[in-house]
Amino acid sequence: MSTWNDPAGGFLAVSTPDYLPRARLAEIQLQRLRSVVTRAYERVDLFRLRMEERKLTPASIRGLEDLQQLPFTVKNDLRDTYPFGLFASPMEEIVRLHASSGTTGKPIVVAYTREDLQVWQEVIVRTLASCGVHRGDVIQNAYGYGLFTGGLGLHYGGEGLGATVIPISGGNTERQLMVMQDFGVTVICSTPSYFLHLIEASQAMNKPVGVRVGVFGAEPWSESMRQRIQADTGIRAFDIYGLSEIIGPGVGAECQAQAGLHIFEDHFLPEIINPDTGKVLPDGTEGELVLTTLSKQAMPMIRYRTRDVTTLVSEPCSCGRTLRRIRRIERRSDDMFIIRGVNVFPSQVETALLQVEGTLPHYEIVLTRDKGLDQMDVRVEVTPEVFSDKMRSLEAVHRKLGDAIEHVLGIRVSVSLVEPRSIARSEGKAKRVVDKRKL
Amino acid sequence: MEIPQISIFLENRAGGLADVTDVLASNGIDIRALALADMADFGILRLIVDDPDRTRTLLKAAGFTADKTRVLAVEVTDRPGGLASILRLLRGGKVNVEYMYSATPTKSGRAVFIFRFDELDRAIDVLRDAGVAILPSLNAV
Ligand SMILES: [Zn+2]
Repeated sequence: MSTWNDPAGGFLAVSTPDYLPRARLAEIQLQRLRSVVTRAYERVDLFRLRMEERKLTPASIRGLEDLQQLPFTVKNDLRDTYPFGLFASPMEEIVRLHASSGTTGKPIVVAYTREDLQVWQEVIVRTLASCGVHRGDVIQNAYGYGLFTGGLGLHYGGEGLGATVIPISGGNTERQLMVMQDFGVTVICSTPSYFLHLIEASQAMNKPVGVRVGVFGAEPWSESMRQRIQADTGIRAFDIYGLSEIIGPGVGAECQAQAGLHIFEDHFLPEIINPDTGKVLPDGTEGELVLTTLSKQAMPMIRYRTRDVTTLVSEPCSCGRTLRRIRRIERRSDDMFIIRGVNVFPSQVETALLQVEGTLPHYEIVLTRDKGLDQMDVRVEVTPEVFSDKMRSLEAVHRKLGDAIEHVLGIRVSVSLVEPRSIARSEGKAKRVVDKRKL
Repeated sequence: MEIPQISIFLENRAGGLADVTDVLASNGIDIRALALADMADFGILRLIVDDPDRTRTLLKAAGFTADKTRVLAVEVTDRPGGLASILRLLRGGKVNVEYMYSATPTKSGRAVFIFRFDELDRAIDVLRDAGVAILPSLNAV
């Protein structure tokens, strides 16, 4: 661990696996895959029963491609075995529990041994280094602390890197802005939507945002949103990726090239599948991301279906990392909804909103059903940029928004202009869709 | 010549207007003229106040989208056809009126109208050439 504390900008020993030759990486992956499958088979009923159904044993894993024979794990498996059914370590070896809030019913619980926490810290150190954060940086960690993995995950990674971490957690916008200004903050970690909220508030209070790097994750956001954040604030905004079921943040991160997120493949093995057939797709094809943990002890995850839609990129990256990348995740297969027979992703609506000049993406999609007919209303906050004193101009903006959405979706939906801050700000993941169609 | 006007975006919801006037009242801002332009779903509230810059800051801090625009306050002689003669003048000068509304009459009982023009300078020229009184502010009327 002491080798992590390298001087600013220097070579970070912990980042070595980022640059391993692919052949060497594959050796490590296979060795770890066999050991994690053995662990899951021997210690977790669900994994053993599913493998037995398919007449598989740990010995069936002879090469990395044999992973494809193993059954998938889905989020419901965690709910069905709530709270501890997928643990592969006794409680005496488990040193931390986190839980993610399910939108309905019970949360899902995840566990870490001491070694798991070390791996977690290591991958966050690599995440932050990849985003250009180094010793001497002052990190304002506005991810929520607590059961959510974001806060503590980034916290220990930041400390591991040797940076200064301010554990401010989410919320209390005024205090966030005060700390940002007074403590010489150079790095902000938060969800992108919360950062947009901070920018907005800082403009209202005439406090400039003087941060160099933004480490943003925990919700899908778009490239156009990045461009806007970077143009408005002068910071460099990086996307990071992770999910509690796998480890929390630290599964993958963008590098200085900002062209996809490198997956820390020595710990997490990615696959892309066709979400309908489950068939593995070749690199370069879009599909659902599936992850297998290669070193997790307390809670190994075999072929976990993330519901995130992306593409695996195997072309070399200009940064020199040999790790494959995923394209930034702009949508989840879960987020998709169907309206009047059309598949809609919130990200498509976001793209349309951004095309109309000056519209910051504070919006909400409300779905209702009126006499059996589905209605979709896009509520968009009126920013100073689009506001006009002339009714004609405001109506023109209103119409342009409707046109842009129709152009992207192929259907006409209603658009409501609403007052600023009338859409609830989340301190965690932004909730873009309110479906009131439940009967 | 022109005077500042504050325009505010409002949704058509119960209490929206009251939210604005509450902010102004609790900060001692005096409203000299007010007009609400209304569509089905949203509206624009236009205000002439005694301290426009402070009003704008207060409303922004309260979460409203507010903008400052320039309008003319025109005094109209108190006789039938007074307004019509002004509008005729503007039409003759090919000056387009974006919108207009009436303000509280002066103490001497003269009507005051607020005009918003696209071509403000031309409007000023046309009105001044015809000897129409353009008020420098509503604070003294
Ligand atoms: Zn790279």
